[in-house]
Amino acid sequence: MSDGQREPEPSPRPVLLQVDALKVHFPSGRKSLFGADQVVKAVDGVSFLVHEGEAVAIVGESGCGKSTTGNAILGLAPVTEGQVSFRGRDIADLGPDERASMWRNLQVIFQDPVAALNPKRTIGQSIAEPLAINKVPRTQQNERVATLLDLVGLNPGQRDRFPNELSGGQRQRVVIARALALEPDLIICDEPVSALDVSIQSQILNLLMKLQRDLGLAYLFISHDLSVVRHIADRVIVMYLGHIVEQGPADVLFRAPRHPYTEALLSAIPLPDPILERAKKRVLLEGDLPSPVNPPKGCPFVTRCPIREARCADEKPGLQQDEHGREAACFLR
Amino acid sequence: MADASADVTLRISGLKVSVGSSRVVDGVNIDIGKGEIVALVGESGSGKSLTALSAMGLLSGRVVQSGGDILLNGERIDPLDEQEMSRLRGTRISMIFQEPIASLNPLLSVGEQVAESLFVHGRAGRREAWSQAVQMLADVGIPEPEKRARQFAWELSGGMCQRVMIASALIAEPDLLIADEPTTALDVTVQAQILDLMRRLRDKTGTSILFITHDMGVVASIADRVCVMYGGRVVEQAEVHQLFQAPKHPYTKLLLTTIPKISDTPKAELYSIKGTVPDINAFPKGCRFRTRCPLADDVCLLPPELEAATGAQGGLVACWHSDMTETLQ
Repeated sequence: MSDGQREPEPSPRPVLLQVDALKVHFPSGRKSLFGADQVVKAVDGVSFLVHEGEAVAIVGESGCGKSTTGNAILGLAPVTEGQVSFRGRDIADLGPDERASMWRNLQVIFQDPVAALNPKRTIGQSIAEPLAINKVPRTQQNERVATLLDLVGLNPGQRDRFPNELSGGQRQRVVIARALALEPDLIICDEPVSALDVSIQSQILNLLMKLQRDLGLAYLFISHDLSVVRHIADRVIVMYLGHIVEQGPADVLFRAPRHPYTEALLSAIPLPDPILERAKKRVLLEGDLPSPVNPPKGCPFVTRCPIREARCADEKPGLQQDEHGREAACFLR
Repeated sequence: MADASADVTLRISGLKVSVGSSRVVDGVNIDIGKGEIVALVGESGSGKSLTALSAMGLLSGRVVQSGGDILLNGERIDPLDEQEMSRLRGTRISMIFQEPIASLNPLLSVGEQVAESLFVHGRAGRREAWSQAVQMLADVGIPEPEKRARQFAWELSGGMCQRVMIASALIAEPDLLIADEPTTALDVTVQAQILDLMRRLRDKTGTSILFITHDMGVVASIADRVCVMYGGRVVEQAEVHQLFQAPKHPYTKLLLTTIPKISDTPKAELYSIKGTVPDINAFPKGCRFRTRCPLADDVCLLPPELEAATGAQGGLVACWHSDMTETLQ
């Protein structure tokens, strides 16, 4: 493969979303031995950028903080420390009008399209809702709904159907159409294909890739499924226990993971080929994720790391950039 | 497919399951040999879970077995009453499910639940059962098993709970373990641990496993033989390497093409199978994959039988055009 995609310089495209030293801590509801409130450090100092037109994926296992990061950006989880900026403006400082304008440019798609759609509304009504809220005239609404249905591969004749008359894949298309209604710059997609059957997943992934190309959309794509991320992402962020352990261009990270956790995560994916799958070298991790109430003092991955040394238990490694524009937080790699 | 019935742990023969007037499982035949791991794969609505529940005698309500036989070690078990079936379950057949936390009793310590299968069936006294349970927890890779045995399900992680489920399913040394998507709710690094554990336990105990999954990667990792289901029917059955290298049914072939793979070219368009799985009440006549199949023609209006595939040793396929499958894509 040629290295034509590699960008030696930082991307020249303008920054859309900037997350800076984000911390989201929740009270755990329990007290420690000495009466202090215990805190769940769901996200503990996360920084990254999403540029215009770029698909950035956050991957990691349950409890790593990937969805909480997405929720904090959307204002659905409290930001304890750090800031989130959209087009250079700190979201916390925006006035009501500016905030409303930001929400037009920042949309979200969740995992479960059934829960995301009102069962008593036709899909046409659901898609028109954001248009109505933003006072688009009714005649234009109808036209726009037809365009949107067509854009996501649904028949405009289906606008009068109810969600229960559609399949899971079609419902997710409706959710995507609604997210596109106000022509956003960025869509946060939280596990958008996880609830779909495999034969339908590929249809939705193709649609998301096509929309990115045609409309210049940026995605923050949150997923546990690295095979899916492989398809959609330009850049990948790997999270573990509330921290970013590695981030970089997708092709670099998948070809030669640097952090031992990324390596273990990639090697744990069962390959749909019995010869490769049975011959491959597996990095089997011991044990489970430590509790985010009481994370390790040093490297968050130290309790399960196959290459740990004494130092890793005491000191927290920072992200170090290499010549491929990739950052990893490990003393030993 | 072992013909000598002595080597067949489970034989499902001509199984039909109906919900009202819809036949959701339509004539399924599966044999599982002693110590064999057979994967049953399919998408939602394929009938794979109902096939497994039938084997366990766990169909309920409007879902009824409307035809076929289920044989365990050569003896029919489907006519048994609930009392006789419940004696079989936990001793000769065990089952584990997708959600380990939902399957465990929150009021009993995990040690008691693992020990339960032994003393409930009178295999051991309470004290003996407890010490065997602690040993079994150690065997499934739970650290500090004596301490963990006294804990409750909600104190353990999902991966730990699935290990507890496996321990309680295998402690009575059943002939057959039915595992319905046992790793689907788990993280990939934990899934890798559990698959590794199941393989090692099979090698050690010789338990036969019917492994139900939708994930072709998991199939490639664990199965000896594979049954692919679509629309309530088995459309293909083959040894695992053969199935992946030379799939004979167009659905199998397209399913393997459509899944995103870690080895794919980034941002490349994925092949997709057109349309969606039809509703249970709306399967087309004849071959049920017909409406989505690029090879379909008028012949496919007749339902194809599951027959020996040409050029495939021991493989079976239900397709009129299986000789053309390799030309797809």
